[in-house]
Amino acid sequence: MASFAQFGNDLYTGRRQINFIGRRRLWYAISAVLLVVAATGVFGRGLNFGLEFTGGAELKVRGVQNTQDYDTRAEDTVRKATGTDDNLIITKIGDSDIRVQTEKLGSGTAADNDKVATALAQEFGVSPRNVDSQFIGPSWGDTVTKKSIQSLIWFLALLSVVLAIYFRTWKMSLAAIIAVLHDLFFTVGIYALAGFEISPATMIGFLTILGYSIYDTVVIFDKVRENTHEAFATGQRNYDQAANYAVNQTVVRSINTTVIGLLPIAAVLVVGFTMLGAGTLLDLSLSLFIGIAVGAYSSIFIATPLLTDLRRGEPSIKELARRAKAYQVSQRSALTEANTPKAGPGESASGVVEPERAAAAAAARATRTKKRETHPLARLDRDDK
Amino acid sequence: MATRSRGGRSNGHSKSVLAVLLLLIVALFGGVAASTAFADPKGQWSPKLGLDLEGGRQITLEPVVAEGAQQVNSGQVERAVDIIRKRVDGTGVAEAEVTTLGERNIVVSVPGEPSKEMLSSLARSSALSFRAVISQTTNEPVPRSLPQPPSVPKPTAKPSAGSSSTATPKVSSSPTSGANGVYPQAFSQATPTPTPTPSSPASPATSTPAASTKPANPSDTKWASQPVSANWVKAGVVEQGDTYQDLLQVYDCSDSDTRLAASTSPANQPVVMCDQTGQAKFLLGPVEVKGDTISDATSGPATNQQGQQTGGTQINLKFNGKGKKAFGDMTRRLAGFQQDSPQNKSAIIVDGQVLEALGTNDAITNGEAQITGSFTPSSGKQLADELKFGALPFSFKELTNDQISPQLGQDQLHKGLIAGAIGMVLVIIYSLFQYRALGLVTVASLLVSAVITYGAVTLLGTLNNFRLTMAGVTGLIVAIGMTADSFIVYFERVRDEVRSGRPLKAAVESGWQRARRTIIISDVVNFLASAVLYILSESNVKAFAFTLGLTTLIDILIVMMFTHPLLTLLARTKFFGGGHKWSGFDPERLGAKGVTYAGRGRVTIADRRAAEGGQV
Repeated sequence: MASFAQFGNDLYTGRRQINFIGRRRLWYAISAVLLVVAATGVFGRGLNFGLEFTGGAELKVRGVQNTQDYDTRAEDTVRKATGTDDNLIITKIGDSDIRVQTEKLGSGTAADNDKVATALAQEFGVSPRNVDSQFIGPSWGDTVTKKSIQSLIWFLALLSVVLAIYFRTWKMSLAAIIAVLHDLFFTVGIYALAGFEISPATMIGFLTILGYSIYDTVVIFDKVRENTHEAFATGQRNYDQAANYAVNQTVVRSINTTVIGLLPIAAVLVVGFTMLGAGTLLDLSLSLFIGIAVGAYSSIFIATPLLTDLRRGEPSIKELARRAKAYQVSQRSALTEANTPKAGPGESASGVVEPERAAAAAAARATRTKKRETHPLARLDRDDK
Repeated sequence: MATRSRGGRSNGHSKSVLAVLLLLIVALFGGVAASTAFADPKGQWSPKLGLDLEGGRQITLEPVVAEGAQQVNSGQVERAVDIIRKRVDGTGVAEAEVTTLGERNIVVSVPGEPSKEMLSSLARSSALSFRAVISQTTNEPVPRSLPQPPSVPKPTAKPSAGSSSTATPKVSSSPTSGANGVYPQAFSQATPTPTPTPSSPASPATSTPAASTKPANPSDTKWASQPVSANWVKAGVVEQGDTYQDLLQVYDCSDSDTRLAASTSPANQPVVMCDQTGQAKFLLGPVEVKGDTISDATSGPATNQQGQQTGGTQINLKFNGKGKKAFGDMTRRLAGFQQDSPQNKSAIIVDGQVLEALGTNDAITNGEAQITGSFTPSSGKQLADELKFGALPFSFKELTNDQISPQLGQDQLHKGLIAGAIGMVLVIIYSLFQYRALGLVTVASLLVSAVITYGAVTLLGTLNNFRLTMAGVTGLIVAIGMTADSFIVYFERVRDEVRSGRPLKAAVESGWQRARRTIIISDVVNFLASAVLYILSESNVKAFAFTLGLTTLIDILIVMMFTHPLLTLLARTKFFGGGHKWSGFDPERLGAKGVTYAGRGRVTIADRRAAEGGQV
């Protein structure tokens, strides 16, 4: 606990820095591998669309006392009621729930659905009110999918405009959007690989991930903007370093918000899994859980490095890098002069010198500058600045 | 000195902001209280629950458009929603909801367990038409003993397959009440003219065996001896080669499958249908006037030729050009038949049922017809509405049909709430762990936001018929984390400021200045996401998006009006302001001591900022 606070302090002041930006190729490679895996899942294995998308019928008998031979009993009941028992999937959920799924129940009409529901209630000795029946025509899923894709496109379009206006650079907007798409694709890939069923509730979850992922990215980008603004003003560190410093300074916040975001969802997930079985609650929380975790990762490891790559070619960024380099070279010589202890591991990553050493260097330079007033090269040095 | 006076002001400011928030909450619950007392329908103290939590049935209907016909437009869908809403209301089900889904689909949500009749009435064709009556009889289906079990797809659905006792005729002794209207042209016939027919099908058709000749006009009795169209054979009502006369005999008004077959009969063929009470059945000619040629239908007090009110209610129909001609042709022919004979009548047909069978006094060629009869003002209006709204060129098929048991919903809600409570406790524990006493501020903020959310959802339930679904509940649970998120952004900023060496009072303010924009932009993004979802998505996605948007707004409200003022006030206490070990703001633990000593760079930045913007 204390060490976590200390860790946060160190990241904030710069005593310890993690080189997020410098190792960006590593993160890109990791993400690329993950995305390829996700793609093989999506295009190879395919997505497991739920009943809502494929059309069909599902009946759930709840609170069954005697579940012995439930599968043959259910099968017989369906055959008696509709005349056919083709393609029936009969499963037991928990101790007392029986689920019957099929692509087509009898003649595939809602009326047949009701008939079977009544028959099942009789067979398993429960009140007809305890039988949940669902009948979905095959074109239903198309409507939902079309709508979801429509909202996705609209959301991304509006979002990029809002972010571009807020951050006053379309590159931040683009980086954020790429990160979001990364999250979305990755989450869908996990679904494909694990074979989780995709229901309309899952689709809601996917769409909500967008908001979450963006939220996280926005908070980090806000700090990036602040730090780079400062870097432009002082010329002490280049864009990459300023951005890396920003990520380091917000990483504790990222961890805290992610944990706090995940906690209630984890609770829903556990309660849903152990007590409810498949349903809106479970579908939604599962996709959110995966999405938020992936979103936190992408904000730190993908969005910010991408941003620095996007801006690297800009003249003002190059100019800043040149200025920062000059400053850091002179500072380094000052540090050597002051004979401070060895540099920390993250010093070059964020351009933040450990406070103690910086103070020593400043002191050294103060004395050195005094000496230089009489030194023949003093004029040259000043010109450089 | 200056600092103190400013501090005092901001202190008072914080208190007044908190007071305003308190007022808002009181007003919110005052609104809820008022809604329970005055609103119609009455409000309640708990949120309205959606179908998935309350139990009930949800059906999605999709319009079926004949091939080559024009596309369904949104106006037509709106009218269809009206009709279906009327149908649902007509069955006496309270609280049913009929909404559109996308551009063309319609979702009907009915709480509880609606009857089968009601459900089947929903998807029925709404198309309305006029047909000439050829013959009329009481509903006494003759059980047919077919020579062998017919090879039809649904043998069980065949009413006549069983013994004769199953096909019980409905009250056959009473005279039919199907014909209760008339088109008055020369005079108004105030009383209905029921046409009691002997229980045996004494239609003229039996006495005209000339089956080979083609019927001359839609009223021709020769239609009775024509072979039935394929849909009747398919539905298992009659056999291949049977005539409409046979169909009239076996037709059973109480069988919904038979009626479905009637509603899907081809327009250019005769048809057998019953009236609404199921007591009279008719053999009707091909469709002569289509419902979509009615340009307007109104009801009002009946007037005679001199324009004086006669005390009854009449229905005024207006046809467009096409309808005017078709209706004129029909009435001219029908007026030629003897008054009170079945063939004098035309039938208005909706959904495979004869809505009204009307006697015709005179040819109506001006495209404006009046119908008089034993209408009450309300039944007249209902018929007028049916005529006006029933003129939809499509019927519906069921896309989804979900029965949700109330137990399941209650169970889900119960467990969802448990999950929410566990989630809340976990968040509280974590924030206490991470932020010590500051975590209590989080707890208090979350509680206030829970109270406001509860009030808002309840009030919206009354005002906007907003219903909390499972997706909505999940949205609320998820929002716990999201709301706590903004506190963290704030607290971390304040801590950053403390780390930079600022005293807590100043840190709370300058941290707020910076955290505020971050919180606002993130909430704007979140709100944008939920708004897009809400506008573009459907049914349960909408509910989720709505709760998410609502909690985002409440989040901003709480952070601005509760968390920040509270923290400002707390920063002035000795415990927090002094940076007590357990306050979450202990400068030592935040490394501030070290920074002030060595991290001159940071302090310089803070000082420079202070000098520039006066943010301290």
